[in-house]
Amino acid sequence: MGQCRGHADREALTGFVPGPLADVAAEFESVDRSMRAEMLIEYADQFESVPATVATRPFAEVNRAPRCESEAYVFATDRPDGSIDLWFAVENPQGLSAKAWAVILRQTLSGQPLEDIARVPQDTIFRIFGRDGSMGKGMGLIGMLDVVQHEARTRLDKRKRAHAMLH
Amino acid sequence: MSETVLLADIVARGYAQPDVLVSTEWVAQNLKNPNIRLVESNEDTLLYASGHIPGAVHVDWALDLNDPIRRDYLDRAGFEKLMSRIGVTPSTTVVFYGDKNNWWACYAFWVFQLFGHSNAKVMDGGRLKWEKEKRATTRDVPSYPTTSYTAPDRDDTRIRAFRDEVLTHMRAKKKMVDVRSPQEFTGERTHMAEYPQEGVLRGGHIPGARNVPWARAANPEDGTFKDAAALRAIYEGEIGLRPEDDVVAYCRIGERSSHTWFVLTYLLGYKRVRNYDGSWTEWGNAVGMPIEKP
Repeated sequence: MGQCRGHADREALTGFVPGPLADVAAEFESVDRSMRAEMLIEYADQFESVPATVATRPFAEVNRAPRCESEAYVFATDRPDGSIDLWFAVENPQGLSAKAWAVILRQTLSGQPLEDIARVPQDTIFRIFGRDGSMGKGMGLIGMLDVVQHEARTRLDKRKRAHAMLH
Repeated sequence: MSETVLLADIVARGYAQPDVLVSTEWVAQNLKNPNIRLVESNEDTLLYASGHIPGAVHVDWALDLNDPIRRDYLDRAGFEKLMSRIGVTPSTTVVFYGDKNNWWACYAFWVFQLFGHSNAKVMDGGRLKWEKEKRATTRDVPSYPTTSYTAPDRDDTRIRAFRDEVLTHMRAKKKMVDVRSPQEFTGERTHMAEYPQEGVLRGGHIPGARNVPWARAANPEDGTFKDAAALRAIYEGEIGLRPEDDVVAYCRIGERSSHTWFVLTYLLGYKRVRNYDGSWTEWGNAVGMPIEKP
């Protein structure tokens, strides 16, 4: 557990925001609170739930974002180049922030190198959503990022193990 | 339609104080009533901007109800300023509604009671029911003339509990309701194994507390409150509460437990219920606090 915490802390300290997500975060940082809300609603309006070809209800608990009150689920499918496509379900129809975050994550991290996805700092969420939201909402959005990064790290670990076996 | 007809369904549910609730139809009939101020308060602060009941003002719990620096609520001057901004006088009936079974609406309602604004109600079913009934919403933000509102000092003694008071309460073996999920109550991790629990250092619950997740008080299909008999079956039948009990309710930061506080106080008529808003984020992080973990 201690090792895990240390690992997470190092990630936070050496965080890296992939280009498309960095662009989105910078855009949100340049607007006022009211415009931020408008932009997030526009993202939420683009939300499409995970297709049945990827996952069907009832979704597995392992895909559920921890601490997310909007019942968000995260799924990843593999691309031939080793990167992943991200998919989401948000079961609470009023979970607008979860939907907006899902769209942003899907649009900006799908296809990015797994190493970069694993290094996205949690602070990116607050650059986009602001720092005045509820703790519960913040924790839920972090929970969604946690699952995304878990998917990336699981694949990276698998890759490392395969590499080690070859050598 | 008469007031009696509009609220007949609520009255029939056998609540101790049925007049603390209004129906969506009652709200629809009172949209232009100048003595009514609709207040939307949500967990997801994007919701109001995405569309709200015409004439409703937004009260953001983080920005409007909390002290910007300390972990505490706004003070008397802040409350007076808020009431002035949303055009409320002491005689205005404030009707709260919001997302997630009125969870945050009840939280705002609770904070208003710290300042004694008892002329307050909750729209049964909240946003969910209003939307399901396909009633009108708008993105227009209303503006009301500012008012002059004189509030008393915030009273933290009646319906709010602090950590040391809860410790005393616990040692006296008085009743406590932990309204978090069963997984939070037991301290079981709900996250993936490689991720440490965020936000709190220890899992479990306050010794002696009984677990009734807050949302059990609501009907999931439309967010309305369950009737009094069903609520009694939960709180009295399952965990042995009695109306004369001194009860403390808590959750993670005091927002879910304000919903249970509302249910016990107004719908079941309990006389002494306090919300411990420090809740698990305080208790589970504080050094040396007793914790029960099955």
